Parts: sequence; C-alpha cells; structure tokens
Amino acid sequence: MENLDIKRPENIVYRKPALLTDNIMHYCPGCSHGTVHKLIAEVIEEMGIQDQTVGISPVGCSVFAYNYIDIDWQEAAHGRAPALATATKRLCPEKYVFTYQGDGDLASIGTAEIIHACSRGENIVVIFINNGIYGMTGGQMAPTTLLGMKTSTTPYGRDPKLNGFPLKITEMLAALDGTAYITRQSVHTAAAARKAKNAIRKGFEYSAKNIGLSFIEIVSTCNSGWKLSPVEANKWMEEHMFAKYPVGDIKDVLK
Amino acid sequence: MAEKILMKGNEAIAFSAIRNGVDGYFGYPITPQSEVMETLMKEKPWETTGMVVLQAESELSSINMVYGGASCGKKVMTSSSSPGISLMCEGISYIAGAELPCVIVDVMRGGPGLGTIQPSQSDYFQTVKGGGHGDYHSIVIAPASAQDMYDFVDWGFELAFKYRTPVIVLADGIIGQLMEKVELHPMKPRRTAEEILRDAPWATTGKTPGRDRNVITSLSLDANTQEEFNRKLLAKYKAIEANEVKYAEYLTDDAEYVFVAFGCSSRICEAAVDILREEGIKAGLIRPITLYPFPEKEISRLAGQAKSMMSIELSLGQMVEDVRLAANGQCPVGFYGRQGGNIYTPEEIVEEFKKFNKLS
Repeated sequence: MENLDIKRPENIVYRKPALLTDNIMHYCPGCSHGTVHKLIAEVIEEMGIQDQTVGISPVGCSVFAYNYIDIDWQEAAHGRAPALATATKRLCPEKYVFTYQGDGDLASIGTAEIIHACSRGENIVVIFINNGIYGMTGGQMAPTTLLGMKTSTTPYGRDPKLNGFPLKITEMLAALDGTAYITRQSVHTAAAARKAKNAIRKGFEYSAKNIGLSFIEIVSTCNSGWKLSPVEANKWMEEHMFAKYPVGDIKDVLK
Repeated sequence: MAEKILMKGNEAIAFSAIRNGVDGYFGYPITPQSEVMETLMKEKPWETTGMVVLQAESELSSINMVYGGASCGKKVMTSSSSPGISLMCEGISYIAGAELPCVIVDVMRGGPGLGTIQPSQSDYFQTVKGGGHGDYHSIVIAPASAQDMYDFVDWGFELAFKYRTPVIVLADGIIGQLMEKVELHPMKPRRTAEEILRDAPWATTGKTPGRDRNVITSLSLDANTQEEFNRKLLAKYKAIEANEVKYAEYLTDDAEYVFVAFGCSSRICEAAVDILREEGIKAGLIRPITLYPFPEKEISRLAGQAKSMMSIELSLGQMVEDVRLAANGQCPVGFYGRQGGNIYTPEEIVEEFKKFNKLS
C-alpha cells in the first residue's frame, strides 16, 4: 500500500525531538526520566541553543543522561553537579548550563553544593528528579522518602525516630535570595508534561537573564523501586507524593 | 630588566596565575595558604585579564568547580593545604579519570587529622602515590622557593595540558610563607575561544554541527572498556616517566655521601653539604623537582657511586621508600626527619648524618 505521501510536514502531529539520540534508554518502563529527557531535548531544540548548552549529569539512574540528549555533557561526581555548573557558567557566561540530579544526589550527598549554588545566585538551571528512592543502587531510602514508605533500607517503612523526616529541599531553596524561579511539576499525564516543559523552558530563559538560579523539581515515579506497575505508580504518586510535595510554582521573582 | 618583587610564596602563586593567563581559580580558605585567594581577590583580575576567582563553600566544591572549568578546556586551578587536599582527593580521582588538565597547589602542613598549621612534607604519599581511589597518578612538582612557586604554575599548566592530567604543586608552609625576590616574566594573555577550540577539541564548548557531542566522564561500566582505559592511562604515565623527570644536583660529581631532599628540605640540606665539604667530607645533594615522575635513574646512578644516601624529609619517612627502591641495595639508605612543624637546622642534619655513617 503506497500511502507514504501523507508523511508531509503539515500532517505531522508528533515527532521525536531531533536532539534525543537513537540510543536505547536503560530506564525501566514507566520511569519518568525518559519523559523529562524528552522535554529538555524539546526545549533546547525549540530555543535553538544546542551549540550553547552544557548539561551536567549526576550519579544515579540518570548518570547516562549524556547518552540520550545530543549536547555537550559533563558527568559529575555524586552530588557535585552544581559545583561543575557554577564554574562552567562563570567561565562561559554565554552558555546555557543545567544540572540534572536525582533526590539522593541533590538532597542528600549534594546538599552543600546545591544550597550554595542557590545562595550565590548562579545563573544555571537545575532539574531535580524526586521519586523518593535510590533507583540505581536498588531501592534504598532517599532523603525524600515518605514516612511509612518501604525501601530496601527501611524494610518496615520509614520511621521518623529511626530515619528522620522527608526533606522538602525545594521549599528550603525557595527561601534563598539567589533563587529566581522555583517550581514543582510532574510528568505523569500529557497535561502535566506540557506544564513541566513550560517550566523547564522558563528556567532556561531565566538563566539567560542573569537573575539567579532556576530550580525545577519533577515529582517522579520509580515503579521498579516502588514495586508497582507504571499505572499503579502514577496513582500512588498522586495520592501520596503530591500530598507531601504539592505541584505548582513556589517562587518566581519576575511575577 | 625583568621586574623583581619581594613577595611570599603564596602571593607568587596568585600573581603567576594572573600573569600566565589562568582562566579561573576556585578555592577555600585554609592556613597556611590563604594568601593565595586573598591576593587574587585584592588584585581583582576579572577587571583586567577576565580571570574568574571564586570562594567556594568547601574544598569538595572548589575541586569540582575545577573539574567543571577544566571540562570547558579552561586553565583552572585551586590551592589548599593538607586537610583540604584530603577532601579534594575524590575530585582529583575524577579529574584523572576524565583526563582533564588542572593545577592544584598543596601548601602542606603537619597531620594527621587537623594536625598543625606549621610546615610539613608528610603528604608525599597522598599526592605522589595517589590520594584518591583507582589506578592513577598526578604529576607532582615540588617548589623550593618563591620563584619556583611563580614558575611552577605555568610549568604545571604546560604539563597538565600536554598530558591531560592533574598536576599538583607540592609546596609546604615554609615555601608558602617565606618572602623572597620573585622575577615576574612577561604577561601571557588568556587563550581565546578559538585557541581553546584548537587546543582542547574534547572540551564542552557547545556541540556544533559537524562534530559528535563531547562528553566528559570517568564512567565505563564494561570491564573490558575500563581495562582498556586503564592501560591507556598507563601508556600516558610511561610517557610522563620517560620525558618529564626533573631534578637538581649539588656537588654530586665526586660525592661519596648523597642527601636526597625536596622542597624546603633541599635548601637546608644544601647548607649541610657546605658544612660537610668544609670538613673535607665529600657530600652532595640530589633534589627531585618532579616527585612523580621520580628521578629513579639518577638516584640509582648516585647510589652506585656513593658510600651511603640519606633522605631528609619533614615527615616520618615517606620519600625514603622511593629512594630505597631506586638505590636497590647498591648502598645503605638512611633517613632523618622532623615532624609537627619542627624544622631541622643544617647542623642537626650534619650530626644525624655523622651518626648514620658512624663518622667521628
């Protein structure tokens, strides 16, 4: 059947962003990373800044982010991405610089680096993936793990007496003078992903205005770590994660 | 005539960075090297050469700022002292693993732990043998004067970029704090963006059409890939060992007794050699200027002609292990050291030398 003539630009309603490579993603089916990667690739492509963007990947599941988005990348040590980004942006102020970090990387081992990058008002973008668990090392407790949530290091559920409380680091960072835009989003529905993309784009645009750090938290699922199906994980996130980590803008200095 | 200015070794580091086209300095205050960042902040090079100077929140952060800056192909450096270098060791391992050029100045103080703030040479093992995890070497160069502090910044970057490897300038509290005349060489401009693209085509300068994306990483999960990379590093280290050994000798031609000492200790040993020569004892000195690569062949040659050798260090004896390996049993190798920030006098070294050699 010769119907290929319908493949005309005016008929295309969706395509993979050109900046997303053809490498097969190592992420589990249902994981939010793939969606967030796609949104970042779309934003960079639409802004036409591929040759001006440097990404810093973390340690954790998204350590290999550099395999999937076709830009220059630096792969940081665990938690240190904001330090690399700081130097990159200060030495190359014409560049767009972003870090991509998980909750263990950013909110546990890298607390000093993120707090001080925010406090100094570095003109970078931080994408913070919060799924309340360590994915890559096999499902251990993260600083953002909810109370009662079972992980491999809280097998009976997170107990505040034993394990402390979930860390709402995004609200903490909003209190710092150096931050320009702080928001919390998710990507579990098409509508949510569209909003998240707008937030990411705003972060990149703000970073070029030299008004301080933009921080986009994406409340995410880790269905493998949570031991739920992708659909169940989305539902669980809406019911439990959103209660502790409500979605929406927290700070916008230009509003 | 070249300009000569009286300054501290630490200040010489700062002026050298500005005058040799360094792009960025990232540091954290620690005694006895805080004058490096203080001088840079006072000089405000961002208004003249465009050099970035930033006080980080910790040494962990400053070395990772160096990692990020070096990833961009920039000439970036940091300085610290022993406990701070311990914190940086993770980053240095990553920088070695990602094959990035940078200069790290270590103005050593006594340890372990918080130790003292006085001079020491007890981080020879840490810097020369590794420090961070994994199979790697940093090139380690040991200044013995304020002039060396000035000169070694530029030399350090030359080596760092030639081999894409971290270079440690291993000084100590004496060299950092002493004031001496320093000859300032002509200014070198910072490299232009075009020069960086030419000299560092691997750097994260922004992916342009026609080239693959540049990824700076030290990660390879596949055992064979990692082993291949380790062997690539080995080849690099063999080249460094073959090409970059640097040392200085003092009255070794006819020496029957040879001191081995680096940094401030080499200057004290020079005076000890003079005392012994006046007494008619044929003493000499070899000063390793590069600690890695170590002047193994030269020490072996001297061990072949000498009745004995002595390693003199402000530590419990660290470099002496490499001296013994190089001497390889050709002559006895002794050691004398002081610790805790105490410094030997030439007379004290002469006395210990005579004890070891059973003279008088």
